Amino acid sequence: MDEAESLVRDAATRIFQDLGDPQTINNAENDAWRAPLWSALEEAGLSTAWVPDDLGGAGAGIGSGFAVLRVAGEFAAPLPLAETLLAGWLLAQGGIVMPGGTMSLAPTRRGDKISLVDGKLSGTARAVPFAAEVDHLAVLADDVVALVGTADCVCRDGRNLAGEVMNNVDFDGVTPLEMAPLPPGINAGSVNMMGAAVRSMQMAGALQSVLEIAVQYAEERVAFGRPIGKFQAVQQNLARLGEEAAAAIAIANSTAHTIEHLDSWDDDGVFLDVASAKIRVGEAAGQGSAIGHQAFGAIGFTQEHILHRFVQRLWSWRDDFDNEAVWAAELGRRAAAKGGAGLWHSLTAA
Amino acid sequence: MSVAIQFDPIRLPPEAEALRGEVRQFLQDEIAAGTFDPQGGSRDNPEFSRKVGERGWIGITWPKKYGGQERSFLERYVINEEFLVARAPTRKHFTADRQSGPVLIKYASEEIKQDILPRIIKGEVSFCIGMSEPDSGSDLFAAKTKAERTDKGWLINGRKLWTSRAHESDYMIGLFRTSPSTTDNRRHGLSQFLVDMKTQGITCRPVLHPNGNYEFNEVTFDDALLPLDNLLGEADIAWKQATSELAYERSGSERFLETIQVLMELVDFIGENPDLREAEGLGRLVAQLHTLRRMSISVAGMLHAGKEPVLEASVVKDLGTVWEQALPSVARDLAAFVDRDPGNRVRFEEILSQNIIIAPKLTIQGGTTEILRGIVARGLGLR
Repeated sequence: MDEAESLVRDAATRIFQDLGDPQTINNAENDAWRAPLWSALEEAGLSTAWVPDDLGGAGAGIGSGFAVLRVAGEFAAPLPLAETLLAGWLLAQGGIVMPGGTMSLAPTRRGDKISLVDGKLSGTARAVPFAAEVDHLAVLADDVVALVGTADCVCRDGRNLAGEVMNNVDFDGVTPLEMAPLPPGINAGSVNMMGAAVRSMQMAGALQSVLEIAVQYAEERVAFGRPIGKFQAVQQNLARLGEEAAAAIAIANSTAHTIEHLDSWDDDGVFLDVASAKIRVGEAAGQGSAIGHQAFGAIGFTQEHILHRFVQRLWSWRDDFDNEAVWAAELGRRAAAKGGAGLWHSLTAA
Repeated sequence: MSVAIQFDPIRLPPEAEALRGEVRQFLQDEIAAGTFDPQGGSRDNPEFSRKVGERGWIGITWPKKYGGQERSFLERYVINEEFLVARAPTRKHFTADRQSGPVLIKYASEEIKQDILPRIIKGEVSFCIGMSEPDSGSDLFAAKTKAERTDKGWLINGRKLWTSRAHESDYMIGLFRTSPSTTDNRRHGLSQFLVDMKTQGITCRPVLHPNGNYEFNEVTFDDALLPLDNLLGEADIAWKQATSELAYERSGSERFLETIQVLMELVDFIGENPDLREAEGLGRLVAQLHTLRRMSISVAGMLHAGKEPVLEASVVKDLGTVWEQALPSVARDLAAFVDRDPGNRVRFEEILSQNIIIAPKLTIQGGTTEILRGIVARGLGLR
């Protein structure tokens, strides 16, 4: 992590500690926490890290944006920060100026296609996170990026596993507020990869937190006359959780690094890193969540405890931008096409 | 943050990647010349080790004054992984290159270093590790084999067990008891020694693997006399000296590439047009392998930077060995419905059988799963 990234990391951590603490939000009776948290993030430029200065963003660079996302994951941030970052990134690829406020982007699933005919959009995007709540959507339509007012679209009711708004969005007949052609390499595949890398980093952060709160609990909770963390069975479980978190952190970091330094989205190595991250972090999310729950016992399976804030987002995020199985099938097809020796060569070339 | 697990994104530097090209060419040439057969044959091949030595690829990171190249640990990393994937017969020099040489460099007398290190580098001598005993395996600090200081030297009595390749090794780095443990530190009292395996009073008895392979030995020391000079480092504090070695020993690619041939044959067996089940299964294996390799290189980078990532190394070994152990079974499953004739069915099934049989040892040797998870738990602050 370079200096700029650790500054961004510290700034994001401070804001979440002050205004977005998971326990405080969990206890809150209403959404009063939301506006101050969002404006602090926006004022610090964290929501527009991936938008250059001249397009109204903070111009902080790819690495810094991923540093923000890791922190957002650590705090299970319940607002569209990652989505706004992603949408800003996509709009910036087309040179569209940031409108400000919250955003999300579409499509998020392989196979969903939005088209542009005579200046109007058509098509449906499934599972667009926070769609009905945000001000704008960045939409990939054919080879164009379009800025769309959410109010102009039809958002079908829906929520993700964490109870956050997530909608199927109909774009039929919508006229974008702005449109711009995309440079070569920015297309459905690369947008999907960027989204998958973003979710992988958030999940790595959330897993780190599940590990931390579980270890802390095991040190404090006494049963049979000892802290439960003194029992070997519990230690071995938490060690497995630590290993899953480690794997997630390693591959999510590696993927962020690869994207930061990429020459072309078409490089095989970029796909290998992103696919591996979405698959391996998704697997870690499943296993890690289960171990986390096991460590907490009954108290972890309550609304009053914060564990669900992490676990339910982990479950939800692993489905966003396609789940492990979908990525694995594609990665497997590519590996098979290379043959055994070719597969090893592609791993070492990445 | 209470729990510090660090895996920074490290990429192998250009000089290491340049070396990879040379190593691949060398391996191709040696296979073509018939020096070894990547599909089988003995892993112990003195001619191959000598040729690797000629290239300067054994002890590549060691000081020049002993014949080393003072090149980086990341270059060694590349040689190691390419040799593993090609199933090159490195057995003769592997242990000496990975850990015995570095121990000697750190703790042996100058005379011993001058004598032995250049011969390791030439691929001429072979090392084994004498740690486990009949009543001391994972619980290493229970070791009883005694080293008694006399006027003539160190007198060794006792038994080591599960000593891989002791019968074909020139030397052993042995862990012997020089003092009793103390009440406040049961790790105290063990010391490391250099043992010439030709020393009178040492006998090796084979203990065969389930498939009849001869790798394990019971090594008996019956009044074996070692020169005083052969004590490595200080007496009684071997536990302190071993810490950084463990990180090297546990984080290398040999902790997840031991059964890699299964994956490569599986890919060829499945062929270019996998069905959905095969593709998805294969994709998961590739993602898991790629993640392990990224983690392992990250640890290599930390070692290269002079850190002691003992926790991270244990994570790599546990995840890696569990993965490589499961690989043959996963491959067996994925191959179950292949009814095409890809041309390597016989070879695939042979390799699968071999690896299913050896798989159980992978999570035992060099630190069991349970011990490793104990180390990780300690790293998390739980012990």
